[in-house]
Amino acid sequence: MRAKEIYLDNGASTKVDPEVIKAMLPYFDKEYGNASSLHVLGVNAKNALDKARKIIAESINAKPDEIIFTSGGTESDNSAIKGVAFAGKEKGNHIITTKIEHKAILNPCKWLESQGFNITCLSVNKDGFVDVKKLEDAITNETILVSIMHGNSEIGTIQNLEELGKVCKKHNVYFHTDACQSYTKTEIDVEKQNLDLVTINSHKIHGPKGVGALYVRKGTKIIPLLHGGDHEFKLRASTENISGIVGFAEAVKLADKKHIKRITELRDKLIEGALKIPYTKLNGPKGDKRLCNNANFSFKGIEGEGLIGYLDMEGICSSTGSACSEKSLEPSYVLKAIGSLRLTLSRFNTEKEIEHVLKVLPGIVKNLRKMSPLWKG
Amino acid sequence: MYTEKTIKHFREPKFAGEIKNADGVGEVGNARCGDVMKMFIKVKNGIIKDIKFQTYGCIAAIASSDAMCELAVGKTLDEALKITFKDVINQLDDLPQIKFHCSVLGTAALKKAIENYKKKHSK
Repeated sequence: MRAKEIYLDNGASTKVDPEVIKAMLPYFDKEYGNASSLHVLGVNAKNALDKARKIIAESINAKPDEIIFTSGGTESDNSAIKGVAFAGKEKGNHIITTKIEHKAILNPCKWLESQGFNITCLSVNKDGFVDVKKLEDAITNETILVSIMHGNSEIGTIQNLEELGKVCKKHNVYFHTDACQSYTKTEIDVEKQNLDLVTINSHKIHGPKGVGALYVRKGTKIIPLLHGGDHEFKLRASTENISGIVGFAEAVKLADKKHIKRITELRDKLIEGALKIPYTKLNGPKGDKRLCNNANFSFKGIEGEGLIGYLDMEGICSSTGSACSEKSLEPSYVLKAIGSLRLTLSRFNTEKEIEHVLKVLPGIVKNLRKMSPLWKG
Repeated sequence: MYTEKTIKHFREPKFAGEIKNADGVGEVGNARCGDVMKMFIKVKNGIIKDIKFQTYGCIAAIASSDAMCELAVGKTLDEALKITFKDVINQLDDLPQIKFHCSVLGTAALKKAIENYKKKHSK
């Protein structure tokens, strides 16, 4: 264990807030009942479940019975994509998404293609934005679902959901967004943004891993992935993960707007400082259309993993484009052909930590450039 | 994911850099595939007297380059050509299978540098 650790990989996962752990603990060995049971422990579990559902519903301006708890972002995405696709087969077989989605969207879509569905992957501009006109042009009579990520995990782009949602509503097409990166960091309002389905999860917001939710607008035609008992309004069978769900809701309660302001300030300090290094580029947009906790840089002549290795020696945890793809070795599809460093912050980061990163980063970049055959210093 | 030896070679590479007026230079890979490796050699009486590398790539690529140099220095050109990617992996105590290509890159770059030297000196 290192003495000093600066964690800047909050886009991959976050530290569970001590308050969240405290809220969860009773549900392991005291209130361990099954929420479907009729005795006191069952009722207590059911109450905790209902309370959590209400907190999460309110956070996105939804009704409690529109929140389906799942095992996380990947399950929510799969449920939304496959569930709506198979329920809407009679209406059409066309789904629209984008090239910069998480694999939990892209791979279910790819699989659906093998099942006879047609998928359109919209491209984005250099800052990662989807063109609303391109979306409208892509919609056909066969289109049943549009899925567009809210905040991009790699370059931090926040899509204008309101504008995109209007187009979907106009053409009577379901609109889904994967909001795992943006949840609690920028506004999600299912009414204002015309959202029919929203994926959110817990471990990106200082809650436990293994729990997430899917918002499903009342009346949406969707088929469950898991068949079994009557849990989650018959949309997701399985005994509810009460401790995880309680932790998830606690994490939502602890997320405060004042954190956003502070994290944004730290992010901008980091961006400003890193851009002082010669031949450095910020990937993605600047300002309030960027996730408050995301910074992503390309340093000319340098590959991402080397940077991560040297930062790790300084106790700094970072990632290349996206941590999820690291073991598959494919260059990130969002950041093709440019080595990149992603630093993602949280409310637990301090100004001192950012200063330390800015102190060591120029030397690491210089060292790696000296080692690089592509750098003509 | 990486062995201690790999990390050591990555952290403190002994052979990183370039040799001005090298007797042979070899470059393999391209930025699009993810790794570029360049080897510089100084040769005296058929023996590799000095060797340096420049690598654009991951931790395994940098460590493999350094391990390759360590194996090659002091060897005759013929001996150096016999170094295989397996020798490089042994030198690092192991590499994850998906990183094996990094060690192949090292042997390929050295081979090219030796070829370059031979071409220059056969005239």
